[in-house]
Amino acid sequence: MRIGTLKETYIADAALFDSRTQQTWLVLGAALLLLFPFMASDYWLYLACLVSINVASATGLNILTGYTGLVSLGQAAFMGLGAYTVAILEIRVGSPFLLNLLAGGFVAMAGGLVVGIPSLRVKGLYLAIATIAASFIAHFLFANTAFTGRTAGLTLPPASLFGVVLDTSFRLYWIIVPVTLLMLLGAANLFRTRVGRAFIAIRDRDISAEVLGIALLRYKLLSFGLSSFYAGVAGGLWAYFFRVVTPESFPLSMSIFFLAAIIVGGMGSILGGILGAIFMTMVPELLKLAVGLLPGGSELTVFLSPVRTVVFGLLIIGFLVFEPHGLAEVWRRIRRFFHLWPFRN
Amino acid sequence: MDWAYLFEISLTGIASGGLYALAALAFVMVYKATRVVNIAIGEMLMVGAYLFFTFAVTFALPIWLAIPAAVLGAGLLGAVIERTMIRPLLGEPPISVFMVTVGLASVLVGLVEIIWTADQRRLPDFLPNTPVMVGDAFLAPKVFYGALIAVVLIAVVLLVFRFWRGGVALRATASDPAAAYSMGINVPRVFSLAWVVSAMLAAVSGIIVGSIGGISSSMGVFGLSVLVVVIVGGLDSVLGALVGGLLIGLVEALAGTYLGGEYKLLVTFIVLVIVLMIQPYGLFGTHEIERL
Repeated sequence: MRIGTLKETYIADAALFDSRTQQTWLVLGAALLLLFPFMASDYWLYLACLVSINVASATGLNILTGYTGLVSLGQAAFMGLGAYTVAILEIRVGSPFLLNLLAGGFVAMAGGLVVGIPSLRVKGLYLAIATIAASFIAHFLFANTAFTGRTAGLTLPPASLFGVVLDTSFRLYWIIVPVTLLMLLGAANLFRTRVGRAFIAIRDRDISAEVLGIALLRYKLLSFGLSSFYAGVAGGLWAYFFRVVTPESFPLSMSIFFLAAIIVGGMGSILGGILGAIFMTMVPELLKLAVGLLPGGSELTVFLSPVRTVVFGLLIIGFLVFEPHGLAEVWRRIRRFFHLWPFRN
Repeated sequence: MDWAYLFEISLTGIASGGLYALAALAFVMVYKATRVVNIAIGEMLMVGAYLFFTFAVTFALPIWLAIPAAVLGAGLLGAVIERTMIRPLLGEPPISVFMVTVGLASVLVGLVEIIWTADQRRLPDFLPNTPVMVGDAFLAPKVFYGALIAVVLIAVVLLVFRFWRGGVALRATASDPAAAYSMGINVPRVFSLAWVVSAMLAAVSGIIVGSIGGISSSMGVFGLSVLVVVIVGGLDSVLGALVGGLLIGLVEALAGTYLGGEYKLLVTFIVLVIVLMIQPYGLFGTHEIERL
C-alpha cells in the first residue's frame, strides 16, 4: 500500500509526473513504443499510426470541449483545413515536411479563431450547432474551388525527411508518434499554466470567470485556436499518412467520432483523450477480427458496417449512462484499488 | 427574371417548409418539456417511415391501418428511448444528453440498415395524384398534400396542447419543472408524454417525406435541415418552428434553383450563422438570464 505523498518543495508539488510509480510506467510505456515497430506487423503499424493521429486530434478537442466547456462539432473540418494546407504546400511549393505540418496547424488555427468568434454570444448547444455550420461551409469550399482539386481532391507524394522517404507505416510511425507525444506533453503542461487554468475556470462557470478578471473572449478564442491547431497538425499527419485528401475525407461523422472519443475516454483529462481515441479506433477493428473468427463469418461481413454503427452509438450511450467520467475514471478506480490494497476502497 | 417561375419555386419551397415545421414541432416539444436537444430527430423520422413501409408493403396492410400502426410503433419507440436513455440522465449537463441522442442516431441508422438494408425503397402512393394549380403556378401534388397534412396536424397539436389537461401540464413543466412537480403534476409522465408525442409527429413527417422522395438509411440528413430550422426559430418556440420551417424551406428552394443543388445546405447554414450572430437565441427563442 502506498501512503500519501510527501512533497518538500513547490517544484515537486507542481511536477507533471510526481510519483515514482508513474515515472516507472512512463519509462515502460516509452520502451514499448520504441520496441513496437520492430515486433508488429504492417497491419498493426498502420493501426498504431491511425490511433496516434486520432489521439492528437482528440486531445485538441479535449482542450476545447473537455477543459474549456465549449462543445464543438467542427473538429474534422479543422483537420481538413490542416490536411489541405499540407497537401497544397507539398504539391505546389514543395516546402519541407515539418514546416508544412506547422503551416497546416496554423491555417487550421486561423480557421478556428474565425469559428470561435460567435462563442462569446452563442453558448452551449447553439454553439455546437453553429460549429456544424462551419464544417459544412468548409466541406463546400473544399469541394468547389479549383485550388483544392474540387471533388477529386489532391494526391500528394510521400513526405521525406533528411533524405529518407516516408512511404511505409514503419517509417511514418517514427514521425507520427513523436509528434503526437510532443503535442500530448504540450497539452498536459498547458493546464499547469495560467492560460490552462483560465480555460478550466471558464468551463466551470464562465460568468464567475469573467468576474475574476479572465477576458472571456480572448481565452475562448485562444482555446478554439489551440484546439484547431492540434486538429490541423493531426490533419497534416493524416494527409501524409493516406496521401490523398478529398472533401469526403472529413465528414461530420468524423467530428462526432472525436466528440465520442473524449466522452468515452473522459472529458477534461489528458489520459481520457488518449484512452478514448485508442478505444474508439480499435473497437471497429476488433469487431472485424471477432467477426472473422466466428463460424460462417464471411456471410456476417455484410452486416459488419451497420453493426459497427450500432456499436458506436451504444458505446456513447452506455458510457454516458453508466460511466459518465469515461475510461479515465475506470483507470483511476483501478489505480485506487492498488493504492489501498489490502483495504476496501 | 421570370416572376411566375419565382412564384412557383417559392410556393414549392414554402410547402416543403411546412414539412420542416412539422418535424421542428416534434423537436421543440421534446426540448420545451425536457430541455433535451434531440439531434436524432431525423433518424426518428426515418424509423417512422420504415415502420410504415413494413406495415404497408411487407405485411400488406391497407394504408388507413398501416399509418396508425406506424405512428403507434414510433410512439412506443419514443417511450422506450425516454425511459432507457433520457430518464437516467436527468440532472446531468445538457451536453451529456445531447451526446446520448447522437449515439441514438447512430444506433437507429445501424438498426435500419441491419433490418431493412441500406437500399433505397419506395413507399406506396397514398396521396392524391392530381396536379395542384395555385393561380398559374404548378405545385407537385405530393408536396402540396404533404404540406396540407402537416399544417392541419400542427394546428391540431397546438389546439390540443392549449386546451387539454396534459397540454397544460406540459406547458407548466416547460416553464418550471420543480414548481410543476410541487403542484402535483407528474413530471416524469409529462417527460414520457413529450417523447411519445414527438416520436409520433416525427413518424408522420417521415411518412410524408418518404412518400415524396423515397426512403433510405441516409434519410436522417433531413434532420440536419430541421436542426437549422429550430436553431433559427429558437429552440423552445413553437412559433419559431413554424416561421423557421417556412423560411428555411423557402431559402433552400431558392438556393437550389438559382445557385444549384450543392448550395442548398451551404446557404441554409449561412442563414443559420447570420441569425445566430444577430439573435443568439434564434428569432423567437427565450433569452436566458444568467446570474452569478
